[in-house]
Amino acid sequence: MALIACRNASFAYEGHVAAGGLSFTVNAGDYLCVVGENGSGKSTLLKGLLRLIAPRQGDVLTDGLRADEIGYLPQQTAAQKDFPAGVFEVVLSGCLPRLGLRPFYSRKEKTEARENLRRLGVLELRGRCYRELSGGQQKRVLLARALCAARKALLLDEPAAGLDPAAAQELYRTIRELNSSGLTVVMVTHDARCVTEYATHVLHLRNEQVFFGTAGDYARTDAGRRFLGGGAA
Amino acid sequence: MIATLAEMFSYTFLVRAAVVGLMVALCSALLGVSLVLKRYSMIGDGLSHVGFGALAVATAMRAAPLAVSIPVVVLAAFLLLRVSENSKIRGDAAIALISTSSLAVGVLVISMTTGMNTDVCNYLFGSILAMSKADVYLSVALSAAVLVLFALFYNRIFAVTFDESFAKACGVNAGAYNALIALLTALTIVLGMRMMGALLITSLIIFPALTSMRLCKKFRSVIVCSAAVSVVCFFAGVVLSYLYATPTGASVVAVNIAAFAAFSLAGFLRERG
Repeated sequence: MALIACRNASFAYEGHVAAGGLSFTVNAGDYLCVVGENGSGKSTLLKGLLRLIAPRQGDVLTDGLRADEIGYLPQQTAAQKDFPAGVFEVVLSGCLPRLGLRPFYSRKEKTEARENLRRLGVLELRGRCYRELSGGQQKRVLLARALCAARKALLLDEPAAGLDPAAAQELYRTIRELNSSGLTVVMVTHDARCVTEYATHVLHLRNEQVFFGTAGDYARTDAGRRFLGGGAA
Repeated sequence: MIATLAEMFSYTFLVRAAVVGLMVALCSALLGVSLVLKRYSMIGDGLSHVGFGALAVATAMRAAPLAVSIPVVVLAAFLLLRVSENSKIRGDAAIALISTSSLAVGVLVISMTTGMNTDVCNYLFGSILAMSKADVYLSVALSAAVLVLFALFYNRIFAVTFDESFAKACGVNAGAYNALIALLTALTIVLGMRMMGALLITSLIIFPALTSMRLCKKFRSVIVCSAAVSVVCFFAGVVLSYLYATPTGASVVAVNIAAFAAFSLAGFLRERG
C-alpha cells in the first residue's frame, strides 16, 4: 500500500526550487534513504512530506498516512544544547498528537513514553536532564519521542549527525529493527554504509531527482557507484 | 519586621503597587522561561521601549495611558516576532532599530509638551505611585488569564519551546502559540512598565528564568522555581525600597541580581562537588 506518492512535485526553500521533478512512491514497510550533497534539497523534501511546506508544483499524495501517524526526528537545534528539559518530559511530548483537545497527558500516554524508552534501551535515563546526556543518548531519546508519535512511519533527518561511528552504527541497527517491526522509514543520510546495508529504496537528489528505485538498482548506476564509493570499479 | 510590613501596607498606594507588582512578576516569570529559551529575550526589551514611546504620546494627547499603549505594544510584539522569525532581516538589529526609534520619539514628545523633568525619569526608571485602582483590577485579571492559559497549554508550550519543527510536524500550530506568548508578554510589559520603568521591566522577564536555570534541570522545575524566585525577589525589593527610600524598580532588580549570584554560586558548587 502506498503511504506517500509524489507526482512531478517540487518544493521551494526561500523562493528557490530546492527539490524538483520528484516522482516516487513509498510503500508500507519500505526503508527509503534520501541521499545527496549538502544543499541538495533533502531536508526541504522531508519538510514537504511532513506537510510543513506545500509543494510549489505537482502533487504529494499522502492518503495512506495522516500527519498524526508520522514520527519525525528533526536535526538538533542550537537552542536544545543548553535547554533544561527532563528526558521523560521530552519523550512524553512525542504523544502530542494523541492529546486532541485535552490539556494534559493521561496514564496511557505516560505508559507509552516509558515503553518506548525501554524499546530503545534508555529507560534508565528517564530521570536525567536531556542536555547532560551524550550525543548518542540524546538521539535515542529523540527517537523514543518520534516513536511515541509514529503509528505508521518514521521520518528521520540525518539521525547520525554528530555521532561517533560506533554509536551511529548502533543507531542504524535500532532503526533497522524498528523497520522490521513494521514501521516505514524515510531517512535523510550521508552514510553510504547505511544505504548498502539497510535501505530497500534510494532517492538521490541534486536539487532534482537523480535516481529513485531499489537499493540494488542504485548500486549499479553511475550516481550510486560514486556515492557508495565504488566509483573506481 | 511584622510592624514594618503593617506600617508599609497601611498606605493604599503601596498595597496597590505590591498587588500589581506581584502579579506582573508572576506572569513575566512564566513567560520569561519560554522567551529566554527561544532566544527572544530582546523582544521584551524592544517592547518596553515601544511602550515608553506610546506612554509619552498618550500623555501628550491627554489620553488614557493604557488605552493607547496596550494596542501599540501588542502590535509591536507581533511585528518583532515576525522580524525575529524572518531570516532575511537581521532580527537583533531590527529590534534595536525599533526600540531606539521609540525611545527617541518618546523623549521628543515629552520634551515638547512637559519639558524634560522628573516625568522622564519616572517613565524610564519607574514610580511606585503610578498604580491606580483600574491597574489593580487589570493586573489581577491579566495574571489570572496568563496562569490559566499557561496551565492549559503547558504541554504544547513545552513542545513548541523545545522543538518547534517537531511540534509543527505533530500538527501543533506553533505560530499561534508564539503569537499568544508575544501577546501576553506585551500586556505584562505594559502593566509592569510604569512601576518598574521602561529600562528595567525586561529584568523581570529575564532574571527569574536565568536564575532558576542555574539550578533546575527540568522544564517544569524551571517554571515553578522561576515563578517563586520572581515573586520573592519582587516582594523583597519593594520592602527594601520602602526601608531605605530607594527607587522600587532598581531595588527589585538589585535583589534579582543577588538571587542570580546566589543560584550561580550554588550551581557552580554542585557541579564541582
